[in-house]
Amino acid sequence: MRLNTKRFISAILVSSFFIYSIVIYTTGTAIDKGVKWRNESSKKGKLIFQRKNCIACHQIYGLGGFMGPDLTNVVSAEGKGPAYIRIFLQNGSERMPNFHLSATEVDDLIAFLVYTDKTGVSPVKRFTINYDGTVNWKGNDEKGN
Amino acid sequence: MMKKEISIYFILFAIASLTGGVLFGILGAFQFIIPSFFNGIPFIENRPLHVSLVIAWIFMSSVGGIYYYVSKYCNVSIYSLKLVKVHLWVFIIIGLLVVGSYLSGKFGGREYWEFPPVFAIPIILSWIMFGYNFFRTVFGKKDPWPVYIWMWGTGIFFFLFTYMESNLWVFPYFRDNLVRDLTVQWKAGGSLVGSWNMLIYGTAIFLMDRIKNDHTISTSTLAFVMYFLGLINLIFNWAHHIYIVPNALWIRYIAYGISMTELIILGKIIWNWKKNLTKSRQDFHLLAVRFIVASDVWILLNLVLAISLSIPAVNIFTHGTHLTVAHAMGSTIGINTMILIASCLFMIPDITGKQFSKGQALSISIGFWIMNIVLLFFWLALIFAGILKGYLVIQDKLTFQEIMLQVRPYLAVVAVTGTIIFGGILMVFLPALKMIRQYIFAR
Repeated sequence: MRLNTKRFISAILVSSFFIYSIVIYTTGTAIDKGVKWRNESSKKGKLIFQRKNCIACHQIYGLGGFMGPDLTNVVSAEGKGPAYIRIFLQNGSERMPNFHLSATEVDDLIAFLVYTDKTGVSPVKRFTINYDGTVNWKGNDEKGN
Repeated sequence: MMKKEISIYFILFAIASLTGGVLFGILGAFQFIIPSFFNGIPFIENRPLHVSLVIAWIFMSSVGGIYYYVSKYCNVSIYSLKLVKVHLWVFIIIGLLVVGSYLSGKFGGREYWEFPPVFAIPIILSWIMFGYNFFRTVFGKKDPWPVYIWMWGTGIFFFLFTYMESNLWVFPYFRDNLVRDLTVQWKAGGSLVGSWNMLIYGTAIFLMDRIKNDHTISTSTLAFVMYFLGLINLIFNWAHHIYIVPNALWIRYIAYGISMTELIILGKIIWNWKKNLTKSRQDFHLLAVRFIVASDVWILLNLVLAISLSIPAVNIFTHGTHLTVAHAMGSTIGINTMILIASCLFMIPDITGKQFSKGQALSISIGFWIMNIVLLFFWLALIFAGILKGYLVIQDKLTFQEIMLQVRPYLAVVAVTGTIIFGGILMVFLPALKMIRQYIFAR
């Protein structure tokens, strides 16, 4: 392969990387169905979630560790909800450490999980499979919300 | 005292990182099945220690190799040896700070980079320095660059950008919208893995080119076509990790389409299989070649798994299960670690000027077979655990705890086989460490 051909292909691909990145940062991720539930408390809760490394054990949208359950919809799950979460956050469990969180920190984490719950569904359990290997989610919207 | 080759120190710290990383991995695996196992280091500390130290192994061994191969075999001198030394010290100091922050429970970053984000600054600076030194060096090369120099350059360039991208969450614009935050995090993470794969696969091609003394491996048109295909995948195929995240639909279609181009790579491997196997048999007595051959087998197995997981209809069952872990472990141990061990086994005798003794070679051979045979059971246990978990989650009849109880026997196999793999790694590296020690302390 000639050097100029290699340079040309490289230039195209590197430019594509930067253009694609900008599109992803803007139109590709403009949707946020939970925007109404996004507030200062939920934003603080997200940072606490990071500082306590909750993702080592838990998942959001199936991404994270597998020691504990996926927390995406724990707020709206049958038999669970904010009160249920509060007990875990305040006391820990056999597998989960007690992080000795303050009352405000617990509130912020719950606000973050309420916001997360409104953004979508995980895991997706209601779907149909198409002939080309793609999937249609069932429900009022594409995520089954 | 004679002047020592600096790459040997990269290899030394790389081996130390791998040893620590696997040990923490074993601790974490046992904590999965026995929650009270070794309470001194809880799982939330163990997991990042395991991941970060294994990443440190990948970087230190591949970077040490690149410095050595470029200066010794590419007809150029390193632009600045001083910068190489600074690079080594930055790696060591940041590594110690990261380990210290985890052990004291100080987090604040994201999955895989859980340390406080301020550490990202020296890491970014060290990669700028590495890139500057690398490109100033190779631009002095008169003859055309073989594909491995393109791959190393690409790996450095894209690592720098994707690592910076993985820290964009510090800006509220990216952090506040969860969908954007997760999408950008996994875009950066996926491409970042592609970047270090460029460093590692470039090393594998360099080794085969050198050992077989066949330069067509690194200069043919096909070699460059495969490189560009890899680069396309690095840029566009990351979204198969996040099909489930509710971002724009077209992101998923692009990722699905691009992921399927890996079928071309799979086809090429199968097409060349018999020819490569016959050639490899002739060189199987060479320790480095043996590990490269093993990585070829693992590439085939993991590519089949990766392509399957990229099909949305399969991904919907497997996402968030141990199948993803099987893919990650299969790639990290089976492909990356095998290639990087091959690189270490090539470099150490080359630098020290001594060959492994018969006893040492036997220890490495036994370690090789233990690692590969037991890794198969480790990998299969994760796959079965993933299939079972995926099926039970979609069935939606059991609670999370009940599902994990069903999966636990497979995780016990993972913990036990992981421990045996660690034994295999020690059998490979103890003779290597002995040679390094003799070299470093020789007058």
